[in-house]
Amino acid sequence: MDGISVNYYVGLSTILFVIGATGVLIRRNALIIFMSVELMLNAGNLAFVAFASAHDLLNGQVFVFFIMTVAAAEVAVGLALIVAIFRSKKSINVDEINVLKG
Amino acid sequence: MNFSEAATSGLFFHLAPWLVFFPVIGLLINMIFGGKMSEKAVGTVASLASGAAFVVSVLLAYSLNAVHGELQTVPFAEWIHIGQLQLDWTFRVDSLSTVMMLVVSGVGTLIHIYAIGYMHEDVRFHDEVKRFRRFFVFLNLFIAMMMILVSGDSYLMLFVGWEGVGLCSFLLIGFWYDFDTLGRKSTANAEAGKKAFIANRVGDFGFLLAIFTTFWHFGTLQFDGVFEAAAAHPDPYVISAITLFMLIGVTGKSAQVPLYVWLPDAMAGPTPVSALIHAATMVTAGVYLVVRSAPLYSVVHSASYIVAMIGAVTALFAATIAVGQYDIKKVLAYSTISQLGFMVAAVGTGAYVAGIFHLAAHAFFKALLFLSAGSVILGMERGHHHLAHGHGDHADADAHHEDGEVFDPGDMRNMGNLRKQMPVTFWLYLAGTLALAGIFPFAGFWSKDEILLDAKLHAEHFPGVYWLLAIAAFLTAFYMGRQIWMVFYGKERTEVAKHAQESPPIMTVPLMFLAFLAVFGGALNLPFEGFHNLGHWLEYTIGHVEDLPLNLGVAGVSTLLALLAIFLSWLIYGKNPIKAGQPDPLKKALGPIFTGMENKWFVDEGYKAVVLDPFQKLAKFLSITLDWNFWHDWFHESVIYGFFKWLAAFLSDPVDMGIINAVADWLADLTKRSSESLRRLQNGFVRSYALSVLLGVVAILGYLLFK
Repeated sequence: MDGISVNYYVGLSTILFVIGATGVLIRRNALIIFMSVELMLNAGNLAFVAFASAHDLLNGQVFVFFIMTVAAAEVAVGLALIVAIFRSKKSINVDEINVLKG
Repeated sequence: MNFSEAATSGLFFHLAPWLVFFPVIGLLINMIFGGKMSEKAVGTVASLASGAAFVVSVLLAYSLNAVHGELQTVPFAEWIHIGQLQLDWTFRVDSLSTVMMLVVSGVGTLIHIYAIGYMHEDVRFHDEVKRFRRFFVFLNLFIAMMMILVSGDSYLMLFVGWEGVGLCSFLLIGFWYDFDTLGRKSTANAEAGKKAFIANRVGDFGFLLAIFTTFWHFGTLQFDGVFEAAAAHPDPYVISAITLFMLIGVTGKSAQVPLYVWLPDAMAGPTPVSALIHAATMVTAGVYLVVRSAPLYSVVHSASYIVAMIGAVTALFAATIAVGQYDIKKVLAYSTISQLGFMVAAVGTGAYVAGIFHLAAHAFFKALLFLSAGSVILGMERGHHHLAHGHGDHADADAHHEDGEVFDPGDMRNMGNLRKQMPVTFWLYLAGTLALAGIFPFAGFWSKDEILLDAKLHAEHFPGVYWLLAIAAFLTAFYMGRQIWMVFYGKERTEVAKHAQESPPIMTVPLMFLAFLAVFGGALNLPFEGFHNLGHWLEYTIGHVEDLPLNLGVAGVSTLLALLAIFLSWLIYGKNPIKAGQPDPLKKALGPIFTGMENKWFVDEGYKAVVLDPFQKLAKFLSITLDWNFWHDWFHESVIYGFFKWLAAFLSDPVDMGIINAVADWLADLTKRSSESLRRLQNGFVRSYALSVLLGVVAILGYLLFK
């Protein structure tokens, strides 16, 4: 990866993160939101490995493994929830899931 | 150690506290176990307790004689020690107090025994054993209190006994508090007790002032201390004040003018009480007090003269009332007041021996007369009962309520010729009468003559006393003669009198002892060379006493007056006995004067108009106007209640509702409104929450970047 400045990686990571965040904010489909969240996590991962490689430190690399593990667990729980909601509501539109409204 | 050695060594003096303990033990036994004891047992315990006190008195007198009359003080208990005030309960055994002890316990014991027989037959006695027991408890308490009075070594200890006997007097006058003297339901007896108590309060207040003044001036209340201080620095003004205040106490307790009015009413008590308390012992406490305080009275002549005059005036005044009375006990009551007047006059003129001599003799013959009168009354009761129920019917006092008109067994107009039905009582009564009238050689002759002789010898210092007393002595013989003729001679004026019955021996035997004393009691102090026993005995206490020889002039005049009076009473009441329903023959002869005598000179009515009515008006004013209208209605209801009502309204409305409540309401409202606006954030849209998170993160990052 020599020759390519870390700025590009961070720029790409920022773009991915903004896309993910925008997806979370504007999409109504719970699955899409989920995928956007994954996108944000992976944007974070990209930033970690970029900085880790630039500074020759393993901390960032190790952190990425943690985040991937947490993301896998999150997906497992999240998908199970979405399936359960879909079974009762026949919809995964998050705007319809508003029974906790104050 | 044999008996006389014990007496000389003074061993017996340590028995002095038992003068009080024996009666107290007796009353405690009766109080605790009396409920389960028979009437006889209760009476026996009480009589034994009193008799034991008499034995102690005799031992004390005997021992005192063995040590030649030297004053003995027996410390018993510490009482009050405050600064200068050092007061202990100490028994004072001297020749004066032993005379009183002997009289009180001796006469008291005889009366206890008599009362065993008497109380059971009283019309008001409804077989209540509790009442019977209570009576003897009170009698024993009286003996104990009287012993405290006469054996006290200080004015305060004397005062303790003084008040104690006053209490017993009150309790016993109102003993039948729920019946009147005729056995009807009434509060009259309770009121008589109240009257005695209140009249004595007036006197006791004077006595208390005397005690306070004594302590203030002399710094001690112990007799010897006071007398020594008075002898060392006689201040006539202070001593006059003390003696005159004390005199108020004497007029209360010894029933002298002007406080005597309670004593005739005190006859409401059972007859043994009249004899013991209101004739023989308690009422002589005033005389004892003056003799005890002789060193004070001898300093100021004017005070002594006032004492003598009060005594003499009382003697005459009460004697005139006694002439106009119909109730057998009322005559004796006024006679008692009159004789107490003799004693007070005697001690006022400085004739202390004569006063104490007459006190003792009077205790004998007046107790005898009262108890015999009780026997007469019961005899009449028995006759009445006999007529009402026929033969063999058992006692039932309710019969007295069934008769339309209540029969008065004490009214002399209902009697007549009782000598036939009640011979023993008649002879006893006669002995008492002759002693009281002052006929030679009965006890009253010697004692009264000594008083008259002293009054005559000191006439220049005490003008008027002799003449008042001489006239009183004449009237004494007259009213006693009148009583004898009306009660025991003539014809029976009622059927009841015909059926009167003699009293049992338990009543008459004690009377025989008293009659013996009434006949021979003069031997205590015969006015012959070598016979002034009482005089020499009292010398140990009150200093040198002049032996007065028999003055034939004075004795002759008084005997002549007495005989004349008895003859006069025979002319009026004996020769032509009054018949049933006939008014008193004196009424025609004396007219309004007799009406006055009959109505006690309207003294009670006068007191009612001058003292009682204004007092009650004042009390009513205080209770209705001042207490109720002013304090209750105006001050409490309007001022205090109104103020609190206003204060409560002020605190509740503007303060509580206006400030405290408003603050609480505002807080609640604030919370409500803020939560209402905040709840809009919780719109349930996951995406808006996510936006919030994003904005938050941006804000925090912005802050971190640009801080």
